[in-house]
Amino acid sequence: MIPELGEYALILALGFSVILAIVPLYGAASLKTIWMEYAKPLAKAQFFFMAISFACLAYAFGQDDFSVQYVANHSNSQLPMQFKLSAVWGGHEGSLLLWALILSGWTLAVSLFSRGLPLDMLARVLGVMGIIATGFISFLLWTSSPFLRYLPRYPRDGADLNPLLQDFGLIVHPPLLYMGYVGFSVAFAFAIAALLSGRLDAAWARWSRPWTNVAWAFLGGGITLGSWWAYYELGWGGWWFWDPVENASLMPWLVGTALMHSLAVTEKRGVFKSWTLLLAIFAFSLSLLGTFLVRSGVLTSVHAFASDPERGFFILVLLVLTIGGSLTLYAFKAPNVKSESSFGWFSREMLLLINNVFLMVMAVTVLLGTLYPLLIDALGSGKISVGPPYFNALFVPIMGLLVVSLGFSTVARWRNTSLESVKQQLMLPGIISLASGLIFPFLYGDGFNVRVFIGISLSMWIITTVFREFKGKFRSTTSITEKLKQLSPSYYGMMLAHIGVAVTAIGITLVSVYSEERDMRMAPGDTMELADYQFKFLGTKSVKGANFVADQGTIEISLDGESVVTLYPQKRRYNVKKSMMTEASIDPGLFRDLYLALGEPLADGAWAVRVHYKPYVRWLWLGGLLMALGGIVTVFDRRYRKNDTQKQGVANA
Amino acid sequence: MPRLLLFIPLALFSILILFLWKGLSIDPRELPSALIDKPFPAFKVEALLSPERKLTTADIVGKPVLINVWATWCPSCRQEHEQLLRIAQENKIAIIGLNYKDDRTAATKWLTQLGNPYQFNIYDESGMLGLDLGVYGAPETYLLDAQGIIRHRHVGVVTEQTWQELQAIIKSWEKL
Repeated sequence: MIPELGEYALILALGFSVILAIVPLYGAASLKTIWMEYAKPLAKAQFFFMAISFACLAYAFGQDDFSVQYVANHSNSQLPMQFKLSAVWGGHEGSLLLWALILSGWTLAVSLFSRGLPLDMLARVLGVMGIIATGFISFLLWTSSPFLRYLPRYPRDGADLNPLLQDFGLIVHPPLLYMGYVGFSVAFAFAIAALLSGRLDAAWARWSRPWTNVAWAFLGGGITLGSWWAYYELGWGGWWFWDPVENASLMPWLVGTALMHSLAVTEKRGVFKSWTLLLAIFAFSLSLLGTFLVRSGVLTSVHAFASDPERGFFILVLLVLTIGGSLTLYAFKAPNVKSESSFGWFSREMLLLINNVFLMVMAVTVLLGTLYPLLIDALGSGKISVGPPYFNALFVPIMGLLVVSLGFSTVARWRNTSLESVKQQLMLPGIISLASGLIFPFLYGDGFNVRVFIGISLSMWIITTVFREFKGKFRSTTSITEKLKQLSPSYYGMMLAHIGVAVTAIGITLVSVYSEERDMRMAPGDTMELADYQFKFLGTKSVKGANFVADQGTIEISLDGESVVTLYPQKRRYNVKKSMMTEASIDPGLFRDLYLALGEPLADGAWAVRVHYKPYVRWLWLGGLLMALGGIVTVFDRRYRKNDTQKQGVANA
Repeated sequence: MPRLLLFIPLALFSILILFLWKGLSIDPRELPSALIDKPFPAFKVEALLSPERKLTTADIVGKPVLINVWATWCPSCRQEHEQLLRIAQENKIAIIGLNYKDDRTAATKWLTQLGNPYQFNIYDESGMLGLDLGVYGAPETYLLDAQGIIRHRHVGVVTEQTWQELQAIIKSWEKL
């Protein structure tokens, strides 16, 4: 009964999104206030029924209702409760339902936090989001309903959730990631609304900015969490694999980063307008493309859940309608938006434009690398796969260039900057950065290392320029605390995010260069040494979890005779799927991780033991979190809350 | 003229869509290889661990074998490695590695560190044999019967479930 209610609720949600896609947009086009007024209640109703639908599916999981196919395929009565609930999005149908729920959540949020927005703009934005929701809910209902039953004969127990996904990371990772993906739909809807109304001014950019920043922060948080999850769960200590699914989330993040900066320029200086619109369309398009790549099965990947041409075809049609439609609209309407001012060849505008270009090139690099195997295949010239070497060779150098120009744009002024003042401001940061890059490998490692030199210099370049510019803010004030209060949350958010970039860069550099790892055959009582630490293997014993049995090793770690920690890596065998999982045991630290994993059992109680020493690996995620935090902080800026735009309204449209 | 430039994104997108549409009709997972029920392509390639030894088709016929395409640059290969070791331990069928577009030193190190489930490894550095075989990407696993005829192709990670399926196929031969 409950699953049927879920299906009905989904159908009702579809009904409301269809009306939302038609009525307010028609109202905005024909200046009918009452029609536009419908946008808000429709958004609320749509969310209400999506939430009911989702709750019904969660209930079916909680109750072990294995007559529902999706539940039977992704859950099991032995599964602990928290994983039963997160299994709701452990497969294709459920994760799409989550996608649609989050989309209606964003729609609701726009309708709630839109007091300053003119009615016609609100109607258009919500209407566009209604169109997207219509597409996705139809996709769910026609190709991927999670509520289908096995009747009359249903399985006694479920097939269980993939053990890789039975983890805290999976509970949080997809919702965060989807918050980001889907969040770009708001920026997209704003862009379409601007194209439709022909209105693109500073106020428009000010409305779009907080939504973009929050979506970007969620996406960054999701990517960070995903990388951390891969690190501790996959059991070999890697943190990024250039897997198609990872790439699918990285591309919208890169374009989103460009969009944030371009929006800033559009708001402050009234230029880059049509570029900003294009980026907003791209960011969401790449989110959709990512969904297509992951869901259609055109690319094989560790993450891919399902491969189904019918579904793929449906998403492809959705892509053509949304992206194709919006790009067509763009091509015809973009000439209507005009720049309001000009800028010199050496100015913050120009530098941000350069940064934007770098970010786009990075996104295109990732896109090509991800699609290349598919392109070659479609052209009939055989099948190939692109490995990490391609990505590292292209992506990393461009990222370096981006960081260099980041330093310049931090201190440059709007409109026009004199070379002299930039030189004067950057001399000291430049020297400090190069010096730290030079000295660090001698202090930390055993001699000069080019990669460390470049990595540390670039990171220090970001940090020193950010602080140089911060210091400049105090030039003309006497009261430091007063000035600190005066600076806006946007400003602090920007500082945080830029420092986050530096922290991540430090982490990537040091963990790539100074990691050590060893695989050893260890019998009980054996000791090995790695990076000054001694590891003593005390043997394994059998332990039993809720739905698995495991061999659990005990390894004592000491440093110069002093005990540091005892770790318990496991080799699990899950009862239902009969699959083996390596559960690494990690002693985390700000400056180093000790990472232990059990390999294969050998004769006489001995095991192959894999030991990693990972310096500064936490920095990589810490930086990601700082960036996300920075994005969130900017939203608290008071100017996003001002109601000064109320006076412009329908009449203006 | 600048107005026309605004159509560039749309044009690029259209090209992309054409490829994606084409891509849909090619299903990388099923991949009923053109070579199913055909003999394994003839080859003469170095062995991974002993470069002086030249392997040919003769080395893989005579009994049913699994040919596993792997490389050190492929994370999924690492994921399936433990399962391969277990299959090797069960000793029901020989696994032969096809080390695909890889580096000999790295691959050798991999086998010493993680264990070697393979009877021997074909070192396909250029990827030419992989091309003949229609390899989409690593990992892939082919089941060959005693005559060296390709009977089944599995794309992606070999799991316990895959192994059960493969065993079922082998069993069905024994009944004949």
